[in-house]
Amino acid sequence: MSKGPKSIETRHYEERGAFFAGLRHVSRRSFVKLAGLSAGLAMAKGLVTPHGFQLVQVASAAEGDRPSFTFAYVSDTHLYPASLNDRFVRAALKAVDDVNALDPQPDFVLFGGDLAQLGRKEELDLGRQILKTIKAPVHMMVGEHDWFLDLGEYWRGLFGPAQHSFDHKGVHFVTLMSVQEKDFWTARGMTPAERMQTVAGLDNGVQSRFEVGEEGRAWLKRDLEKVDHQTPLVVFSHSPLYKYYRPWNFWTEDAEEVQAILKPFQHVTVIHGHTHQLLTNRIDNIQFHGMLSTAWPWPYAPEGLPKLTIQMNRADPFDQFDGCGDGAVEVLESGLVNKLYNLWDRNPVAVRASYLTSGGAKDAPPRTKLPSF
Amino acid sequence: MMSKRTLFVLAVLPLALGGIVLAQSRGRGLPRHDAPPSPSGGVVVALCDGKTTTEIPGVREGDTPTPEQARAAVTALMDAWRRTNPAARWDEAPARLADAAEPKGSAPPAAAPPAADIQGGQTYGAFSARDERIWQAETEKFVQEGRRVFHDAKAFGGTIGVSCDMCHPDGANTHPETYPKFQVQLGRVALLRDMINWCIQNPTRGKPLADDDPRLKAMEAYIIAQRKGVALEFGKH
Repeated sequence: MSKGPKSIETRHYEERGAFFAGLRHVSRRSFVKLAGLSAGLAMAKGLVTPHGFQLVQVASAAEGDRPSFTFAYVSDTHLYPASLNDRFVRAALKAVDDVNALDPQPDFVLFGGDLAQLGRKEELDLGRQILKTIKAPVHMMVGEHDWFLDLGEYWRGLFGPAQHSFDHKGVHFVTLMSVQEKDFWTARGMTPAERMQTVAGLDNGVQSRFEVGEEGRAWLKRDLEKVDHQTPLVVFSHSPLYKYYRPWNFWTEDAEEVQAILKPFQHVTVIHGHTHQLLTNRIDNIQFHGMLSTAWPWPYAPEGLPKLTIQMNRADPFDQFDGCGDGAVEVLESGLVNKLYNLWDRNPVAVRASYLTSGGAKDAPPRTKLPSF
Repeated sequence: MMSKRTLFVLAVLPLALGGIVLAQSRGRGLPRHDAPPSPSGGVVVALCDGKTTTEIPGVREGDTPTPEQARAAVTALMDAWRRTNPAARWDEAPARLADAAEPKGSAPPAAAPPAADIQGGQTYGAFSARDERIWQAETEKFVQEGRRVFHDAKAFGGTIGVSCDMCHPDGANTHPETYPKFQVQLGRVALLRDMINWCIQNPTRGKPLADDDPRLKAMEAYIIAQRKGVALEFGKH
């Protein structure tokens, strides 16, 4: 090792590493705590943080803003067979390590879809094997990369129906299959592999737009009939359930119809995958949060970005994990949620319910330093 | 090679068109364009006006004329047509314009005069809107080739199934307008192509392409084409 002066990066990473190692040593606290969701921790411990990593002092929680429980998420792993691509496997394992290290453990872990890259059996099997090592119960959601090789047959065999619902600690959870597409393949005489490859291309305009579809919406209506409108509702959907950017299918074609079904409920949160970025939106009574991918980040679309989104800094291409990550969702007593983006190799970012409820006036997440070009 | 073949195609095009007119006119009661038979048995070709014909000497029915023979026949047909249609406003190709003799006797009505305030007389500037469309199409073809390579890991030599579009849909976040710039992670000034090659080597685990590799050039074309209209801001971070 050279004894010369250290580069700014080396010093940065050393400082950062020492800070987080120190925190772990002192308290064995998890990244959820670090995110400032239950912050004040570092202050309480009398830790002086290095300049780059000052934790934001969070004002004491208002009535109803107290956390009720937490679940974590891992999403968009896009696994190829391990023999072809170890890079994405390593990233998925890293996310599993993250959620297993959470202390206390989350009530469950949501997998947000796109487990596989091209929907092949060995990809889905590999994903299942990796997710099996998660200690907490796992709830599965399907993505288009899992679906369009065999229209979900193998996935359903492994994980069950693509749409399902459950209740947990007074909250009704619904998982939608929101990446249906109108048949673009039959008329073109595509093989299943060609159909899959087409859908796998984000900027491939040949495919149709995502939708929940008539059948899916009917199922959702039936499922919600028995649910009281005061009951907090959390909807898991791979596509965003609103219209962000059509050319990349950051889009749900029947979004308005789905939103109308959710309208009577007082507290509705949608947690979605697919967009691989920090993404925040609110439409009337519905709060929307994107999930990070473990495989790669996606740039913000050239138009249509929801006003409430504070962009994550653009990713460093020289760091495989930058702009990627996993995260957690803290469900509050009020029925809304705080969303944590556990960005790897960066400070985590929390988007609080109060930020969305106040229309962006309160509790804004830290500003973007490196916006999209 | 290429130019020879193109010339040949251009030369036989009017012949083919003449043939099409002939073939179509038979079944439908449309005007027939009958070429008179040649006394010597050579191939007779007709212009699409249905009147002007010429014989290609030494070429028999079923034989293919050489490019020179085809060019000569086309020239003969057009010369004959121009003699019988002196009033037609025919667009001169620049080369022929230079060769053309001064018209004698009663001058034909002038072609549309060039606008008085536009400079002329220069070969480089003598192109039409049609030329521009052709050039545009050629450029677009190059860009589309770049799009193909960009979207296909195998095409540029990626070994782990990762293609450029997976992080850069529609070439997004490649910001070619910011190069050259000091690339902090490399510790030196980089061009767009340095970053293309960096990505090929690292996230996609391929081998860097040579500077004159047509795939690298085509990808550059595709990436730049996605940012049409964006201001150049080299050095921007």
